[in-house]
Amino acid sequence: MILQGYLVPGKPLPLLAPEKNPAWAELRRGFETARDEIRASGADLLLLYSTQWLNVIGHQIQADPAPEWVHVDQDFHTFGTMSYKFRMDPVFAKAYEAAARARGLHARTVSYRGFPLDSGVIQALQLLNPDNAIPACIVGCNMYADRGETIVLGKAAAEAIAASGRKAVVVSVSALSNRIFSKQIDPKDDRLYSAKDDEWNRKVLEMLGEGRLEDVSQVARDFAAQASGEQRGKAFWWLAAAMGQHNGYDGTVHAYGPLWGSGGAVVGLRPNPAKDRSREFDEGEVQTFTGDRGVLSAATAAPASAPEPAPIAPRPSDPIRADAAPKPVGAYPHARREGDLLFLSGIGPRQAGSDEIPGGPVRNTDGSARDYDATAQTKAVIENIKTILEAAGSSLDKVVDCQCFLIDMARDFKAFNAVYASYFTSIQATRTTVEVRALPTPIAVEMKVIAKA
Amino acid sequence: MSSGRIVAGVLAPHPPHLVYAENPPQNEPRSEGGWETLRWGYERLRKKLAATDYDVLVVHSPHWKTRTGNHVLAVPELSGLSVDPVFPNLFRYTFDLKVDVELAKGLVAEGRAAGLEMVPMENPAFRVDYGTIISCHLANPAWDKPIVAISSNSGHFDYSNEVGEAEMARLGEATAKAIEKSGKKAVLLASNSLSHRHFTTEPELPEDMSKEHIYHHGQYLWDMKVIQLMKEGRTRELADLMPDFIDQALSECRDGCLSWMLAALGHPTYPAEVYAYGTVIGTGNAVVGWHPDAREVKA
Repeated sequence: MILQGYLVPGKPLPLLAPEKNPAWAELRRGFETARDEIRASGADLLLLYSTQWLNVIGHQIQADPAPEWVHVDQDFHTFGTMSYKFRMDPVFAKAYEAAARARGLHARTVSYRGFPLDSGVIQALQLLNPDNAIPACIVGCNMYADRGETIVLGKAAAEAIAASGRKAVVVSVSALSNRIFSKQIDPKDDRLYSAKDDEWNRKVLEMLGEGRLEDVSQVARDFAAQASGEQRGKAFWWLAAAMGQHNGYDGTVHAYGPLWGSGGAVVGLRPNPAKDRSREFDEGEVQTFTGDRGVLSAATAAPASAPEPAPIAPRPSDPIRADAAPKPVGAYPHARREGDLLFLSGIGPRQAGSDEIPGGPVRNTDGSARDYDATAQTKAVIENIKTILEAAGSSLDKVVDCQCFLIDMARDFKAFNAVYASYFTSIQATRTTVEVRALPTPIAVEMKVIAKA
Repeated sequence: MSSGRIVAGVLAPHPPHLVYAENPPQNEPRSEGGWETLRWGYERLRKKLAATDYDVLVVHSPHWKTRTGNHVLAVPELSGLSVDPVFPNLFRYTFDLKVDVELAKGLVAEGRAAGLEMVPMENPAFRVDYGTIISCHLANPAWDKPIVAISSNSGHFDYSNEVGEAEMARLGEATAKAIEKSGKKAVLLASNSLSHRHFTTEPELPEDMSKEHIYHHGQYLWDMKVIQLMKEGRTRELADLMPDFIDQALSECRDGCLSWMLAALGHPTYPAEVYAYGTVIGTGNAVVGWHPDAREVKA
């Protein structure tokens, strides 16, 4: 289960030099408050998502049981070094990798001596878990991942935690606004880069303070665009997905302030089952990743010695008229192609050339009703559709949607439905069936379909 | 002291795959080879540099990412283990290098005189980025020349490509002045790829060359256009196109290396020597040299 979630900043100034600016010291105290909460929570896993560990190959998960190094930040090297030795949870790392793969993500664990942990996770682990009492795990941030992929990664985290039986605290390491001073400044002069950034940060913090994590996730794109958010807001997507994508939390902003112009905040979120979980926003959910991971397999499928493919025959021009199908009874074609789809006109059971109606017409020439065979009519309708689709270069198995018209639902539906099932059970097109008072010719069944071209 | 000068400028991309494929003793992972087109290009470059009299390599790397100014290594010696955080399976390299601190400080001074934010990196525990190490290894695997390493200052690219390009042009001009004042003969290395959209999966065997190709044909067209301009000595046009190239081909030129180098070279109008072009995990990479002395001989 997930006990708590946190957002913490990645720029390592609260760790390296809290004394140089009151806001850095305040953020340091925010970390320490979070540290005390985590200690008291009984957690046995700290899972961190770092926007500073940029990945290209899928999603990497740290599995070195005891990473150790002396780290110097690439920007803030004048503030000193960060020596670390952490206790990690390689068993959970493997479980997370498996959960991510099960959701379609490319994921791998890494365990190499000297692997360069980033400043953000070093600060977070040193300040939140200074005595290594809780084993940790770190997952990186794929630079190409969009919202969907990041949400799937967060869901996989939740699943892995649930399956492992761990009591976890999840932490997103990220700045809020990420515009920074592009020059050296006197630390005591640090401030938010712009009033606009500050305003956006405060809006997001207001929402987080109300526990509305999913709402923040939904506005993360806008926030990132407006306030130059780190990695386009992925920290919120991942955290919200890992924590269940709702707004039922008690949120606390422990600290907020500038870090070289960027916005840094320590925010705690504790699930509150009694709280209203409804969302203000409702951007769609994503369950599995189905993105562009097939790029390599395309190359595999085309060996170098493969013959040149045959030229593709030109498609019949629109509108489509099939000689082997009954003539339309008005000024319309059998079908029209639009993009990759074929739209068929309503098709009845009449036979091409003779206009004979299999199963007989539904009324005599004087207009009086007569008995007819709905089974035969339905079969003829579908065969006519098949003929037209094939004339257009498609086929019945490419039908995606059917609209069906019966003149007597009570009498004919059962027979119609049985014939329909014999053709469409494996195709699984969507279908709508309605009763109509009459059709233009003395028939009982007509169908109109949309198919892939 | 005679006036220093730039004796070569090389677009020297840093895919760790090229070092991995070579199996040098410094790198832990072992491979069965791969990416030979690029590696053979680097071999030709090394022959050229072996016949070039130079004192120092000055490298600008995309993987020393800074946003608080242009940082310059200013520690005499640095050593350690470099592990690529993206491809740790391919690159775990033990490095031991010397820095030309005098030139580094000269560059810091020239940059500051030009109004640039320059920061000497003097922390002895600093781990040199893998881009710097790879480009230097591929240009000079003997490591018998000192280096000056400059960070990729993306702070200005965060405003716009144009602002970033302008910053890199000023940094290149300051670099040329610093070299001139130093009296040294320098080879410049711009450590970036061209088009830079990666595959996000990796083959079971990373060096499986049946899986290697450009990510997208549009990237290839851009790369060829850029290389053609280099071959024809039209580097000012290339500079003009750079903001569009960066956006449309997701080019690693966004890290400023090539623009810095072309400015330091005074935007050459003579043809560049193209040593190789090849793809690495979908990205486009070219090894390209500008050799001012060869141009003078031909003239």
